[in-house]
Amino acid sequence: MPFDLKELSKEKDLFAPGHRACAGCGPAIVMRQIMAVAGKDTVVGFATGCMEVVSTIFPYTAWRVPYIHVAFENAAAVISGVEAAYKALKRKGKINKKINFIAIAGDGGTYDIGIQALSGALERGHNFLYVCYDNQAYMNTGIQRSGATPLGAHTTTSPAGDVIPGKVQWRKDLTEIVAAHGIPYAAQASPSHWNDLMEKVKKALETEGPAFINVLAPCPVGWYFSPERTIKIAKLAVDTLFWPLYEVENGKHRITYKPRKPKPVEEWLKEQGRFRHLFQEKNRWIIEEFQRQVNERWERLLRLEEASL
Amino acid sequence: MKIKALTANEAMAEAMRQINPDVVAAYPITPATEIVQHFASFVADGLVTTEFVPVESEHSAMSACIGAAAAGARVMTSTASQGLALMHEVLYIAAALRLPIVICEINRALSAPINIHCDHSDTFGARDSGWIQIYSEDSQEAYDSVIQAVKIAEEAFLPVMVTADGFILSHAMQRIEVLEDEEVKEFLGEPKTPYTVLDTDNPITVGPLDLQDYFFEHKRQEAEAMRLAPPIIEKVGKEFGERFGRYYGLVDPYRLEDAEVAVVVMGSTAGTAKEVVDKLREEGKPAGLLRMRVLRPLPLKEIVENLRDKKVIGVMDRAEGMSGFGGPLYTEIRSGLYDVPSHPPLYNYIYGLGGRDIKPEEIEEIFKELFDAAAGKEIPRVNYKGVRE
Repeated sequence: MPFDLKELSKEKDLFAPGHRACAGCGPAIVMRQIMAVAGKDTVVGFATGCMEVVSTIFPYTAWRVPYIHVAFENAAAVISGVEAAYKALKRKGKINKKINFIAIAGDGGTYDIGIQALSGALERGHNFLYVCYDNQAYMNTGIQRSGATPLGAHTTTSPAGDVIPGKVQWRKDLTEIVAAHGIPYAAQASPSHWNDLMEKVKKALETEGPAFINVLAPCPVGWYFSPERTIKIAKLAVDTLFWPLYEVENGKHRITYKPRKPKPVEEWLKEQGRFRHLFQEKNRWIIEEFQRQVNERWERLLRLEEASL
Repeated sequence: MKIKALTANEAMAEAMRQINPDVVAAYPITPATEIVQHFASFVADGLVTTEFVPVESEHSAMSACIGAAAAGARVMTSTASQGLALMHEVLYIAAALRLPIVICEINRALSAPINIHCDHSDTFGARDSGWIQIYSEDSQEAYDSVIQAVKIAEEAFLPVMVTADGFILSHAMQRIEVLEDEEVKEFLGEPKTPYTVLDTDNPITVGPLDLQDYFFEHKRQEAEAMRLAPPIIEKVGKEFGERFGRYYGLVDPYRLEDAEVAVVVMGSTAGTAKEVVDKLREEGKPAGLLRMRVLRPLPLKEIVENLRDKKVIGVMDRAEGMSGFGGPLYTEIRSGLYDVPSHPPLYNYIYGLGGRDIKPEEIEEIFKELFDAAAGKEIPRVNYKGVRE
C-alpha cells in the first residue's frame, strides 16, 4: 500500500522545523521521510554528525521522539544498549508497548569510524533499524573524504590538485558489506523516490532483528550544487545507476526500481562542482573508469537479483 | 551468610549475580575475563534475568551501557587496562550524562610494552573522567564494594568503578563472606535511574550539542555532584556495616593516630604494608599507614586530618604519571596537604609496575629511609623501589 502524500502532510513532523540545517539539505529531508513512517513510539540513537549538530543545539531540539546521542563511532552500540534495556524491562513487566529503535549516522559514522560497532550490533541480532544518510564525505567538519566518497570527487582531504585529480579510490559498497552479515533486511534508497524509501523503512521496522537502509543524501555544500536541485541530483544518481534502489530480504536481492532508459553517469557528475575537474581533457579517463565501474556493479546486481528468483 | 573460597574475579562476579542487573554489556580482557565468563554462565544457567550484551569491543561495551542506563536500566560491566583505555572517550560521557553505571575494574598495567599484570596506571588514566573510584585491599572488600557501588551510583547519579589488583587479587583465592541473595536485594532496593528514553509519551533529548552558552553550567553541575559524593559513599559504607558488620569509609587509617612516619598506599599492597607496620611497632617504631580507598572524589578532609601532624610521609605509587615530578598519588597527596601550614615533607616511592612484586623487606626499607629523613637525613624526593637501574 503506497503512502499518500496528502495524508502524510496532515501529520505533525517528528523531526520538527526550526533546526539549523543548510538550505536544500538532503539529510534533513531523509530524516522527515523516515520519521513519518516510524511514528512517535520510536527511540532514535544518533551518531555525531551534521544532523546531530543541526537538530539539538541546547536548549532546543528538533526531535519529537526520545533521542540519544553519545559519540561519533558508536550509534549502533548505544542503540544495542537501549534495545537490551527495553527487552530486560519488558521481561520484568515494567514496559509493554512496542517501540522502534533506530540508529542514524552519516557515512563517516557508518562506513568508517562506526563500522565496527555496526558490524557487532548486526551480528548480535538486536531488533533495530540502522539508517546511514550517505552524503559521501565528512560534511560536518567541512567536506573531508570518507570511505563513501566516490572516485574522482574533490573534497578538502582529496583535493583536485595539479597532480592528483581528487579521490583516487572507488567507494566501499557498504550495503553489500552489511548484507553479507546475513541480516534479515538491508536496502538502498533515495529521497527522490520517497515512496520507495518509506516502504523500505516500513518493511525494516516490521522486520524481527537487525535491518539496515543506506540512503543517498545529497549535500549542496559538499557536492557544490545549488540548493534547489537536491532532489534532482538524488534522482539522477538513481537514473544513472550510480545509486541503485534495491533491497536484500532474507538473502534475496530485489531491485525495487529499474530506470527504463539509464542515463550516462556523466549527467550526474556534471551537475556537481566536486566533479568539475573531471571534465578537463586530461581527467576524462576518470569519467570512463567511473562509468565502467557503475556498469559492472549494476550487472552484478542484476545477476544477484536473477540468482534470487 | 556463607563462607566461600573465591578469587576477586569470582567474588565480583558473585556480587553481580546477586545484584542481578537489568543489562550487562561486556568484553573479555585479561585479567578481568573471568568476571565476564562467570557472568555469562549465570545467564546461561538462568541464575539471573539480565540481558547480556556480548559486545565486540570495550568502546561498545561502555556505549551499550550508556544506552541501557539512559533507558532506565540498572547496568554493569567489567574491564581492565587497555579495555578501560579504549572506553576512555565514553567514560566521560557516561559521567556527564549522570548515568549510574558500575564497572568491576581489574587493575593492570597499560601498554607499551604489553604486560598483563598489576599496576594502577589504567584507573589513574581515567581519574579525571568523572567516575567515582573505589580501590580494594582484598577480595572481600572488592565484593562488598561492588554491592555498595550500585547504591552509591544510584544516589549520586554518578558512575562508579570498583577496582581490584590484577592477578594479586583477581586470581588469588581468599576467604570471602558472601551475603544471602535476599540481603543484597533488600540492601539495594529497586533501581533508581535519572531519566529514561523509553518514555515515548514524554520524549527527551539526551546528549545535545552544548555550546559556549550552556556547556560550562552543565560541567559545573557535574563537578558539584562529585563534590557532594563523599557523604553518600560514607553513608552507604556505614549502612553496609550496620547491616553486615563490615564498615567502609573514604580512607582506611592503620595505627596512624600516634604514628610519626606514615606511608600512603592503595590496593592490595596495603595488606603487606600493614604487616610491616605491625613489625615496626613491635620494635617500638612509631609507624603508621593510610590506605586510600576512594581516590575520586579525592577525600581531601581525611587526607589532612590523618596526615597533618606526621613528621614524614611516604607515598607509594603503583603507577608512573610521567609528570617528571613523581607518581600520580604523590602529587594528589602533596596537593592535599598544601593547606596545612607547616605540612610534613613528602617522599614518593614508585613500585610494582607491570606486576613487579613488592616484598615486606622493601616496604621496611622504605620506612627505614623515611625514619632517616625524620631524623634529618636528606633523601631523594622521588624513588623507584624494586627496579634495576
